[in-house]
Formats: sequence, C-alpha cells, structure tokens
Amino acid sequence: MSIGKSLLALFVIPGLLYAIPMAWLMLWIERKMRARMQGRIGPFFYQPFFDFIKLMAKRPIPRSRFDTLWMIGLPVAAIGALLASLALLPVFSTSSGFTGDLVLLIGLIEVPSLCAVLAGFASRSIFGQVGATREAILSITYNLPFLTAIVALATSAKSIRLTDIALVPSGPVRILVVLTFLFCLPVKLRVNPFSLSNAEQEIYAGPTTEFDGPRLALWELAHGLEWVVLTGIVACIALPFRVGSWMGDIALFALLSLILVIMVTIIAAATARLKISQAIHFYLKWSMGIAILAVIMAVLPNLLK
Amino acid sequence: MRILNKLVSIARERSPWLFHMNTGGCNGCDIELTACLSPRYDVEQAGMLLVGSPRHADILCVTGPVTHGTRAALEAIYTQMPEPKAVVAIGSCPATCDVFAGSPAIEGPLDHILPVNVYIPGCPPRPNDIINGVARAVTILASKGKDSLNKDK
Repeated sequence: MSIGKSLLALFVIPGLLYAIPMAWLMLWIERKMRARMQGRIGPFFYQPFFDFIKLMAKRPIPRSRFDTLWMIGLPVAAIGALLASLALLPVFSTSSGFTGDLVLLIGLIEVPSLCAVLAGFASRSIFGQVGATREAILSITYNLPFLTAIVALATSAKSIRLTDIALVPSGPVRILVVLTFLFCLPVKLRVNPFSLSNAEQEIYAGPTTEFDGPRLALWELAHGLEWVVLTGIVACIALPFRVGSWMGDIALFALLSLILVIMVTIIAAATARLKISQAIHFYLKWSMGIAILAVIMAVLPNLLK
Repeated sequence: MRILNKLVSIARERSPWLFHMNTGGCNGCDIELTACLSPRYDVEQAGMLLVGSPRHADILCVTGPVTHGTRAALEAIYTQMPEPKAVVAIGSCPATCDVFAGSPAIEGPLDHILPVNVYIPGCPPRPNDIINGVARAVTILASKGKDSLNKDK
C-alpha cells in the first residue's frame, strides 16, 4: 500500500471525509428509527451535527491539567484508532492492504472499548466505574466468539490479508462468520438488548458520565465512528465481490452499512435490556457455538486432505 | 467568526439537553415533565433530550420547593453544569413554595438559591406549558451563549 493511497484512505474515503458525515447520518437513523417505532416523530436529520456543535461550544468546568489531558486524550485515541481501522477496510477491489492487516484491524477496533473502560475508571464516578466494569466484562465475553470467527475466516481463506479474505468465494464458513459478527454488533455498539455499559436510567451515561462539553462531543463522535467502522467491517466481509468502479464500490458499501444500522436499530427498539449474566450466557452459548462450528468447517477440509 | 457565532447560536437553540431534579415536590410536575417525552408531545423533534448527568445538560429543570436535604445537592448539580446554562422552575413550588410555604424544612423558593431564568406556573403545569417554558429558556440560552462566546475572544 503506497503512502499516497493510505493517506487517501485515511482522510478521504473511507476515512475522515466519508466517515464523519456517515457517523452523524447513522446516529440520526438510529434515533429516528427508534422514535418511529415508539410512535414518535423523532429528531430532524441535522440533530447529531447540531448536538456536536453545541457540545463543542460549551465551556467545560476547569479541571486539573492531568484530568484535562486524559479527558481529551482518551476520546481522541478512540477516534484515531477508529479512523485507522476504517482506512484498513477493503472497500475497493483495488485496495491492496498488506500481509497481517487483519491482526492490526482486530487490535484497532478494541482501542475504543479499552479507552471507554479507562475513562470510566479514571473519572472516579461510581456510575463510570460500574459502566467500565460492565464494558470490560462484556468486551472479554464478545471477543471470544468474535476472535474465533476471525480465526475461522482466516483459516478458510488461508490468508491474514483483509483483501484476500474479503474477495475469497463465498462458502458456508463465511455465512456462519457473518452471523457471529451480526450477533456481536449490538454489544459492540452498546445498544439494546446489550446496552449494559451505558445503561441510561440505571447508571446514567456509564463511562462518559463525568465528561462535559467538548470532551463529551469527542465521545459522541467516537460513538458515531464506531457505528461506521463496525457496520463497515460486516459489510466488507459479507460481500464476496466488488463492483469495480470506485463509485459503485463506495455506494454498495454505504448501502449495506445503512441496512445493517437499520437492522440493529430495529432489534434495539424492540428489545429490553438484559442482565449481564444473561448477556454472557447468550454469547457463550449461541455466538460461541456458531463460531466453533465455523472453525470446525474451516479446519476440516485441511485435515481430510 | 460571525458565521461561527451564528452556527453555535442555532446549534444551542436546536439541541437543548435537560437535567431534571426534584427538590422535595410531590412528584406531580415530574410526571408532567416525563409526559413531554411521550409520543403525544415528543420533544425529541425539537432536539430536547432528558440526560442523566448534569455535566451533559444545558437546562436545569427544578420541580419542588427546596428542602434542607436537597439544597446541597441542588447547588452541587448547578455548579457541575458547564456554561452556558439556564434554570427553569417548573410548577408553583420552586416559584413560591406553594402549600409548603412556612414549613421549617423548606429553604426555598428557588430564586433565593439559584438564578432562575424561566418560571412555569401551575400545580402541576400542563406539558404544553412546560414545553413553552423550556422553549423560552432555549432562546435565553442562545442569546446568553452568543455573549459568552464573544467574551472569550
């Protein structure tokens, strides 16, 4: 991957220029769909944008220099990791990537969750600590099936390069892997029925309870980017082909991401929050079962040969 | 810079986040306030959200006369809200202490403790009146915000 191409991927498409409007669009679709399903009208499409501007223009309570440093540093690290993981995604048929970028991607998409856990504990607020604990427990739980599914995918494609994995002909392994990823989406996005770490009405805003003004705006942006990246990963893996022209590729990618957002929102609006033990049981029983089945199906042909 | 100021002012008008605190009232106004979020009134179309943390909020909605027990919490919550902020007194209790006036347990009315921007009379006020009052607070917030943004420069 040449430097010019990587910079283009980081700052234009599917990086900054595509991701930030898309993040706001996805946050809006999530709120609007939920409102419509509850019989309300819901916010206008500019709502996440104005929320961001308003929070940026607020003057936060003065804090000590170190507090200010980590309160800005953690969400910025989360945003940076998300943009970098977005740049790695094989959206185009021409995107080449490098050997091992799958491993880098797995590392990068865990950074926002780690930042949220750190932010929750460092804020010294009881709600932040409870939220951070739940986030940490859930992150360990959903990563088991998620990583198992990725192992299955890499084994069946015989490669740890994202482009090869995405463009390998579709088989039963890929269907099982996409299913596992779909199970992991709501918990990674912290929406119902797995909205345990930011459970509103219960522990207020979870890890971000103590964040105000611009610092909260950065977290909101990071959350929007999480939507773009995680639905983007599923969209990239689920499609075994690319259109060829860059406009067609990006349109297909965006369309599939938005369909995933709508699916996740419908599930979120139709369900109530689970207890943490129920969530862990669900992931260890169902997602893990499917992921292990995928691994067996990926490894079996190699053993029988 | 003028365009930025205008954008910020519009953003403040379009996305007021409310923090709701009951300082010892009878819970009647609280029910009317939560009714504003229901499908019938749906304040989210105006960008209003009820947030759980005072650090996220723009408007402090107080219901109830201020009792001894809640005064410290009320002051702490007000200082935790970042500028620009507004205070809305919902119902007769924060305005006049209503039927609780004269009680030894009461430290209110609210304007003895915090600067109040908007009073919404009624016992309890209807959701329509609450939305109207919050909308007035929002215009105050937008104009207040413009001044404070200029002062920074």
